[in-house]
Amino acid sequence: MPKDGSVVRLDGQGLPLWLVLELTYRCPLKCPWCSNPVNAAPGHGPELSTDEWKRVLRQGRELGALQLGFTGGEPMLRDDLEELVEEANGLGYYTNLITSGVGLSEARLVALKQAGLKQIQLSIQSSDRELTDALVGAKVFDLKLKVARMIKAHGFPMVLNVPVFRHNVDQTAQVLAMAEDIGVDYLEFANIQYYNWALLNRDELMPTREQLERAERTVNEARQRLGDRMTIYFVIPDYHESRPKACMNGWGSIHLTIAPDGTAMPCQEARSIDGLSFPTVREHGLDWLWNESPTFRQFRGLDWMREPCSSCDERETDFGGCRCQAYLLTGDACNTDPACAKSPHHGLITQAVARATDPTRVRMPLIMRTAPR
Amino acid sequence: MNHAARPDPLRAPHASLPPEGAFAALGRPGGDSGRHVLHPMYLFRWEPSQTAHVLLYPEGIVKLNETAGEILKRCDGVRTDAQLIAELQALYPDEPARVEAGVLTFLEVFRAKGWIRRQT
Repeated sequence: MPKDGSVVRLDGQGLPLWLVLELTYRCPLKCPWCSNPVNAAPGHGPELSTDEWKRVLRQGRELGALQLGFTGGEPMLRDDLEELVEEANGLGYYTNLITSGVGLSEARLVALKQAGLKQIQLSIQSSDRELTDALVGAKVFDLKLKVARMIKAHGFPMVLNVPVFRHNVDQTAQVLAMAEDIGVDYLEFANIQYYNWALLNRDELMPTREQLERAERTVNEARQRLGDRMTIYFVIPDYHESRPKACMNGWGSIHLTIAPDGTAMPCQEARSIDGLSFPTVREHGLDWLWNESPTFRQFRGLDWMREPCSSCDERETDFGGCRCQAYLLTGDACNTDPACAKSPHHGLITQAVARATDPTRVRMPLIMRTAPR
Repeated sequence: MNHAARPDPLRAPHASLPPEGAFAALGRPGGDSGRHVLHPMYLFRWEPSQTAHVLLYPEGIVKLNETAGEILKRCDGVRTDAQLIAELQALYPDEPARVEAGVLTFLEVFRAKGWIRRQT
């Protein structure tokens, strides 16, 4: 931690500072990088009711949660969203809505503002209409632009979230110009991470290292030019970095995600790991789920680590990387994330990059997302 | 939805102060009659579970130490900087000159971070 004299960083102190509610897996879009499950796992129940979500909100605040994300699927498909935002705002959360923009009418925007919604993160895939519509499997580009301007007109701080993959990585300059024109406060180039639908489509989605470096240079030039008018996030993804990401700031460290059926998870992908049990808020209180449930304790802290993590001097920086990625690629969630060059499985990453970015490879169509039943 | 490979919000570049004296040459750009106000994007409040003031903003959290909290609390667009300094000097009466210099440095840093802006 840098010298801080005055302003200190929050380390969570064991509290679930970030509560993410996946209100629904339903979505009108078919994005082939979606982080929602590819198959509805056995045991996925019906969506929580309004009252059940409200109970989660109350219990989350009691546990010290401060930031709240409403996401999905498409959270606008829940017609109780305004009611939940109002409840959350009254409890003292900073409320973030993460949306595709579909279903966000002006009337609902006004109602959300009234309910106390603080911030909206809107996704857009490209500055190009045809490409956007093709990538998400619906004609929504014009709508998204309209919604973006409406969000700003109603005075919301706004994050424009642009998932980055091979198809749009070379459009960085155009996307920057679009964001500048809309007047967004934060522009997030979200390099796709390979789980669920994105993992199925990994070969097709992955950009080359050179493309990413070009995009990063463009971003850095824009940062110089725009100063503090717009904050731009861009991080070279772990597949190309030889270093794992400090995923979720560590398992069960600050993030608590609730799936549509009430399943409590340390992150949105955690159900990728077979063999863990995932109890729901229908059976247990959040306090027990966060503090006592075996799943949250499984990889909390550093004790679960094996070599090369357990003796690594970076283990408290990156926490061994991502447990889900370790499981998905090596078959064992206790292994070092193979994105780390120190992992004996790192070849899985370098081979995946080489295969995906081989210019002679035959391109396959993207597998579009279908909603879990 | 897909997660970004994003710097963790708690690791975002908002946690360090410049070395002491970095702002010495800047003097008092606003003058003591200037006023500061919290940027509307930020939510500033006391958080019992942290026993601290916190600053909440899109997907980010900053926990403030006591001094930072006392200063931000007074960035209300009503108090002048001179009033703010006087109140902090009353709160920490031992070294008034140091408190004044400290407040000015903090205001400069907070402004650079975008938390507050000059009231115009």
